[in-house]
Amino acid sequence: MAGFIEKLGNTDRRIIFILIALSVIIPISLNLIFPNPVGAEPSRDLFEYVDALPEGSNVLVSFDYDPSTMPELQPMAEAVVAHLFKKNANVVGMALWPQGASLGQDAMSHMADSLGKVQYEDWCNLGYKSGGGVMIVRLGSSMSAVFPTDKDNVPWSEIPMLRNITDLESFSLIISLSAGDPGIIAWVMMGGDRFGVPIGGGCTAVSAPTLYTYLQTGQMVGMLGGLKGAADYETLVGIKDGQAVRGMAPQSVAHLVIMLFIIIGNVAYFTEKKKGGAR
Amino acid sequence: MRLIIPLVITFTAGMIMILNYFVPHQPFRLLGDNLQEWFLIVASGAIFLGAANLMHVHFRKIRLKLKNWKYSPVTIIGFLVMFVLGLIYGVVEGKPFDFLFLNMVAPMGATMFSLLAFFVASAAFRAFRASNWRATLLLTSAFLVMLGQVPIGAMIWDKIPLAKVWLMSIPNTAGQRAVMIGAAMGVVATSLRIIFGIERSYLGGAD
Repeated sequence: MAGFIEKLGNTDRRIIFILIALSVIIPISLNLIFPNPVGAEPSRDLFEYVDALPEGSNVLVSFDYDPSTMPELQPMAEAVVAHLFKKNANVVGMALWPQGASLGQDAMSHMADSLGKVQYEDWCNLGYKSGGGVMIVRLGSSMSAVFPTDKDNVPWSEIPMLRNITDLESFSLIISLSAGDPGIIAWVMMGGDRFGVPIGGGCTAVSAPTLYTYLQTGQMVGMLGGLKGAADYETLVGIKDGQAVRGMAPQSVAHLVIMLFIIIGNVAYFTEKKKGGAR
Repeated sequence: MRLIIPLVITFTAGMIMILNYFVPHQPFRLLGDNLQEWFLIVASGAIFLGAANLMHVHFRKIRLKLKNWKYSPVTIIGFLVMFVLGLIYGVVEGKPFDFLFLNMVAPMGATMFSLLAFFVASAAFRAFRASNWRATLLLTSAFLVMLGQVPIGAMIWDKIPLAKVWLMSIPNTAGQRAVMIGAAMGVVATSLRIIFGIERSYLGGAD
């Protein structure tokens, strides 16, 4: 028995890789969907804040991520944009990351097509600008100075939905979907603390722990953390079979497999320790 | 002069931005707005510098046949294809640049990040040991957060997601806040040292 446990403790990493791959492939192939109850989580706070916005509110959505974190953040972007469209908000997109502009365009145009929203009347994408936090401060004094045209080079003055927007204070809410820096923290420090605009956000699961501090202080109105946050938002908005909800089954199984390996590793460790081998 | 001029520029720019924050009226507001626009222009210029540097590094790698040089032509061709398509057709939706971005760059980027899951599993298996009470506490918290982060946690016991939220909101927040306050104080101290010319390493070694 001890020999078997010792062998388990020395499992080749390729076996671990194969089992992790299978834990993702099998639930996806079987189209396994787990029910996703949404409790008193920060994702519910963000949903409720957006839901309480008056019709016609201006909302800025900043797509601060790139393709590497797209599996977590793109479903989030689509769910948030869908909710804003359903609330008849004026959605202005932009990006602090170069590749975020195209990903944001994809999310907004996809949702606009399905919900019958019109570009430049209900939504627009200002695109990417470099500068991070400094650029946000400049947006606080003049939006059109930073973005004289949108992503497709249409001048600011020719976009009807931007007529009543001058600076950051024209927005009822800023939502940053962020994979790192610059992202949510820059928006909280500059957009929220300096200009008093409520900030909501979504981030990868690994960066969520850092942002809980801003929730407790009220500097953020809500947050979507990782694929679970995206799945929560899809559930709350009522998106059926959304990407994130479908991703919950493979993620659940993968988490269980990782936990199983940690347990096996510990059993092997203590067995070896008992024999006097492990430090 | 090579030392004095950069120090004077740094001091002036730094003081204008500090005054602009605490006294948001003229002339500091105008000066602050101008400096921010200059920053945006310089930051945009840095993108071109980055692209030029990327080309320089990879052409050099090919020329000198340095380690893994065979990957460099792929980088150069990829860069040039996207650059030329962007210049000719623009980056608007439905154009070749956008098509390649959404169908090649995006899936490849997502694939690279997804590989992390395999290494996390392998590393956790080899290193996550309950070797003392502190490690055991960390391990227990990690299990609760991992279960609370997926629906299966609530299926096992409906209190697990609540435990996750508590762990993230209370003990995690306490630790994170301590780290953030420490880092923020460090940023303030370093910024003041740079503005007042005490910290000069950004000048490239001159003292």
